[in-house]
Amino acid sequence: MSAASAARPLASPGRRRLHRRHASALVPKYLGLLLLAVIVLMPVYILVVTSFKGVAETDVSHAWSIPHAWTLDGWRAAWDALSPNLKNSVELVIPATLISTVLGSLNGFVLSKWRFPGSDLVFTFFLFGMFIPYQAIMIPLTQLFGDVHFPEGIPRLVFAHVVYGIPITALIFRNYYATIPNDLMEAARMDRAGMFRSYWSVVLPISMPAFVVAAIWQFTSIWNDFLFAVFIVTDPTKWPVTVALNNTAGSMVTTYNVQMAAALLASLPTLVVYILLGRYFMRGLMAGALKG
Amino acid sequence: MAEIVLERLTKRFPNGFQAVTDLSLEIGEGELLVLVGPSGCGKTTALRMVAGLEDISSGDLFIGGVRMNDVLERDRDIAMVFQNYALYPHMTVAQNIAFSLRLGKVPKREIGERVRETATLLGLESLLDRRPKQLSGGQRQRVAMGRAIIRKPQVFLMDEPLSNLDAQLRVQMRGEIEALQKRLGVTTVYVTHDQVEALTMGDRIAVLREGVLQQIGRPGEVYDRPANLFVAGFIGSPPMNLAHATVEANGAGVRVRLGSATIPVPPELAREQGLPELNGEQVIVGIRPEDLHGPGENGASGPEPGVLQAQVDRVESVGASLLVHFAVDARDAKAVAVAAATGGEVLESVPLTGIEGASFCAALEPRSGVRIGDRVEIALDTRRLHFFDPASERSTRQLL
Repeated sequence: MSAASAARPLASPGRRRLHRRHASALVPKYLGLLLLAVIVLMPVYILVVTSFKGVAETDVSHAWSIPHAWTLDGWRAAWDALSPNLKNSVELVIPATLISTVLGSLNGFVLSKWRFPGSDLVFTFFLFGMFIPYQAIMIPLTQLFGDVHFPEGIPRLVFAHVVYGIPITALIFRNYYATIPNDLMEAARMDRAGMFRSYWSVVLPISMPAFVVAAIWQFTSIWNDFLFAVFIVTDPTKWPVTVALNNTAGSMVTTYNVQMAAALLASLPTLVVYILLGRYFMRGLMAGALKG
Repeated sequence: MAEIVLERLTKRFPNGFQAVTDLSLEIGEGELLVLVGPSGCGKTTALRMVAGLEDISSGDLFIGGVRMNDVLERDRDIAMVFQNYALYPHMTVAQNIAFSLRLGKVPKREIGERVRETATLLGLESLLDRRPKQLSGGQRQRVAMGRAIIRKPQVFLMDEPLSNLDAQLRVQMRGEIEALQKRLGVTTVYVTHDQVEALTMGDRIAVLREGVLQQIGRPGEVYDRPANLFVAGFIGSPPMNLAHATVEANGAGVRVRLGSATIPVPPELAREQGLPELNGEQVIVGIRPEDLHGPGENGASGPEPGVLQAQVDRVESVGASLLVHFAVDARDAKAVAVAAATGGEVLESVPLTGIEGASFCAALEPRSGVRIGDRVEIALDTRRLHFFDPASERSTRQLL
């Protein structure tokens, strides 16, 4: 060790060694991650390049090549085929997401911050709901909708998704609210706030992070759902985009470019939601409520 | 403004733990009563029962003459300051302070006026638009106070409001809260584990141990005439010196034999403490560090001073005084006192210094020049001796 480095503070050589060890360990780690990322992205690559090819170019032997002539024909055809169903999906996903996150927030609040006798038991039942597969309720649910003359089409789908979303959204909000100090609720009570006032004025304004998480979750799973849509909605003009997408594959001629474009089109909204809402993942909103 | 009466208030939790047992207190109008005790002594539970945040298992609570057991917390007209302040993080200082008035449907104009008034009182005028996270600990504490006082409630409840502040600020806020309480004249129950806070702030202090009231009285009274060993050990810092001794009462007067030392007890004190009847019995003798005097100190040592021969084990300079630790060849009786200071954990008194017997501490004058290893004579102010019954741990005067 040179005289110059020996003159440094004692901690420094050790820390530098630590850094070097970190850096050398990172190279294989990143190579591994890069490899995995490439494997995951390969199908996406095919999806994207094929969607911009003409029909003539879309054969298996040229699957990996970049389009000779870039064209939006596939996208136009896909849009024409799917746009009514995209509209259906939007009409489904927006109310269903909103209603289920609001319900989740209310449930989470009474299950964690305004507890009632037996609230833990109720929550356990909620969680059971998460593990009931869609298939198990297909027949009884259809029967029930018919028996009560529930409005057909999208409203049925909204209802089914809201009910199925109760467990997961309740869980998300309950866990988030568990991090809010009880003192805050008691302060509200001492300030003469009742249950609804405490929720509305104290808890709701600091619930944004949980709303974002729950909304992303619900939006994605509702948008991507196929099974509920296919057995609950009988009228093809009311099908959400997932069912319609599946049906583009049903024709005699396989137009890969159109199908790829359609698949991308159907998955765009979930991507957009991630990108937009992800920015609002807020941290530290609670900072300052309590000491340090 | 109202008086608070607790009648045999008891709290049993569903798991069977009894946090408060038969607590009876009367808190006068405008009085500041401090509930003090080690952590887990039930003081916060008692406060929460008054607040209405905790159900009362048995007993009665009256505020302003009205029975409050079944009255909702929001209808009790009580404001509370929490240990963690519990400010609403998304509201500004002004909104935090105004929240309860907004819920009380007070007209907007009046809310504005009262917020300004409160902010001026607490020196928060320049901070009204800030959010809690932009405030320092002391400022948050003041906002929490503001939230309570703007209501002009019948009663203030304060749950260790200063324990999260650093020492300097704590001393300052202690004075401010006390002054504010006197000025507003609102009946206040103040909970703390800090006996200095209790002694300096309370009109009266109530000492709790394991949910049971030990003593209630003016700070001087509790300090000078502790009702039992627990109070003696808990109130006062450094704590009272306590050791086993034997009473010798005969025609010549009353003395106590403390190890190899014999200490005369002034006749009035002996009578008041019932010592003549305890001839030959074991008692626990207590003496506060400041009632011990070093050589050459003429701190009124009574007509006939008792003297302890001390070899100094340890010396701590705390500025205003010099704490001198030395061993006394008598059985130590600090176990209860130590339990108090450590929150119920009884540590066997281990002779870390290798010396058997009781370890005493004397607060001497800072410039007395005593050093480790010195042999000095320590004089006791015999008028300030305390006597406790070893079996019941109560002051011997209470046995009369």
